[in-house]
Amino acid sequence: MNLAYRDVRHNLFRFLLTCFGLSLLMAVVLSMIGIYNGLVVDALTIARAPGADVWVVEEGTRGPFAEASRIPADTRESVARLHGVTAAGSVTYQTAEADFAGGKLRLYVVGHEPGRPGAPKDLVAGRPIARSHYELVADTRTKLELGDRLRLGRNSFQVVGLVRNHVNSGGDPAVYITLSDAQTLQFELAPPAARLRIARGGSVEGTDTVNAVIARVDPNISADAVADTVRRWKHLAAMSQAGQENLLTRSVVDRARRQIGLFMAILLTVSAVVIALIIYTMTMEKLKQIATLKLIGAPDRTIVGLIVQQALALGGIGWAFGLGVVMLVKDYFPRRVVLEPENALVLAGIIAAVCILASGLGVRAALKIDPATALGG
Amino acid sequence: MSTRDRKVLIEIDGVSKHFGEGDTRVDALRQVSLDIRSGEVVALLGPSGSGKTTLLNVIGCIVEPAAGRLTIDGEDVYNGRWLRGDLRRLRLDKIGFIFQFHNLLPFLDTTDNVALVLELAGKTRRQARERAVELLEYLEIGHRRDAMPAQLSGGEAQRVAIARALANNPRIILADEPTAALDSKRAGIVMDLLRKLAAEQDACIIAVTHDEKIFDRFDHIFHLRDGRLNGNGGEDGAATG
Repeated sequence: MNLAYRDVRHNLFRFLLTCFGLSLLMAVVLSMIGIYNGLVVDALTIARAPGADVWVVEEGTRGPFAEASRIPADTRESVARLHGVTAAGSVTYQTAEADFAGGKLRLYVVGHEPGRPGAPKDLVAGRPIARSHYELVADTRTKLELGDRLRLGRNSFQVVGLVRNHVNSGGDPAVYITLSDAQTLQFELAPPAARLRIARGGSVEGTDTVNAVIARVDPNISADAVADTVRRWKHLAAMSQAGQENLLTRSVVDRARRQIGLFMAILLTVSAVVIALIIYTMTMEKLKQIATLKLIGAPDRTIVGLIVQQALALGGIGWAFGLGVVMLVKDYFPRRVVLEPENALVLAGIIAAVCILASGLGVRAALKIDPATALGG
Repeated sequence: MSTRDRKVLIEIDGVSKHFGEGDTRVDALRQVSLDIRSGEVVALLGPSGSGKTTLLNVIGCIVEPAAGRLTIDGEDVYNGRWLRGDLRRLRLDKIGFIFQFHNLLPFLDTTDNVALVLELAGKTRRQARERAVELLEYLEIGHRRDAMPAQLSGGEAQRVAIARALANNPRIILADEPTAALDSKRAGIVMDLLRKLAAEQDACIIAVTHDEKIFDRFDHIFHLRDGRLNGNGGEDGAATG
């Protein structure tokens, strides 16, 4: 006879209510894990979107995502001529705001050369950019739809394609436009004084600059070897795709990871304390029943089992409810929430350990109770 | 069979027990000696603090005496120290408890409250439930076998508690104020039932009680005062104080 189950069934509503409260705590922990994963995935999605093998950026920078980088657009031709490079394309990245549907839309504008590396893959609707001007491909989070028009700078762009989950590490949805449109936009968004200087030809650098050049490399050639070659050139730095992703996760996402990790540790500690208090209270309410069990001859393992099984049930149901809550609401979060099965399983393991530890307080109280307590009123 | 021919189930020899030390020392039992035979129904009487419950707890192997010797069903259990490590198993196999307020587990139905002690003793679930239902039928409470304790009247709950106490056929039944929560009619019924069971199962029953209306149901009444025991001069005059 399972006493833990019988006791839970006897007080089912209260137990489920407690589980629900705990599940909200679990949901927050799972959301934190999901938000962190989403942060990494978001950061990597933009870097992975062009399908590049090598990134060429300004010397002394860790661009284009971790730091600003600006290099001449004709760098692309030099890179394309390197041994092993099968294709190269120039890209720009900038943040812009646009008016849409009565509100401000914060966008991550990616400029690329249609037909060259840098264009978004896996469109969920519409087509890639076919004209050299005033067309854009937008992420679905912008709420833009095919055929919508969006004013960026002085020009109006028509949405011709849609991609999903293309956002930067800050959560801003991406829009893809042609490189020339992006350069114009960059010029239009520059401070007026700088714009005037550039228009007079007074600036060292003109508007024909890009943030990076990306290259695809023959599978038989090492991307690191190509990057090594580029590094020997003046004013340029290069890194492989793996290096770029490593840089993004380490430098761009690292602080957020540590912050979320600390927050998660605090939440898990709070959960442990809450579980311990709940189990302790549940045990204290049953002290006379536990004394009766001892008096009629129940061994300690029966009593410990009663408490630990209830603690595990509490944690397990709380975890399952929490997971359910997160799965239901994750699409309504302003940031992407990515929960991998292993994340949920690891948390389940942690919760199980926390429940067992937390039930220690209740077990201690139960084992200390004198069976004579059951006698008398 | 005369009382003298019956087996001594409980032998208490010079048992003492005190709580606290120095100025706060309270002698709950002083050199108590007592033999109780199978089939006997015995009452422990005395004012509050006289040591009745302590004596009941000592016999139930719940409280360790300070000195003396205790033998249960022919087995030396205490002689200056506990002689058995598994006292809970001893209680499970040989001692049944009946409480003042029945102490049924509120989350188990009537049958499972009785079946629990049988399962703890090693019976299968099916065997335990069959025996529990049998006992409940015997105690004329079978029609309430699926009821939860909260749904039972005081008398019904006490009969379920008795069924639980009897489940493992214990040789000793300890009852703490078994009729305190019952009216005189029901108290009489419960005591008659206990007497019948003691005779049928060749067990002994020791009850702590203040309930004068059931005094005539006991074979012996022992009075405790300041931890000393005096018998009522029953058939065998078993008590020495």
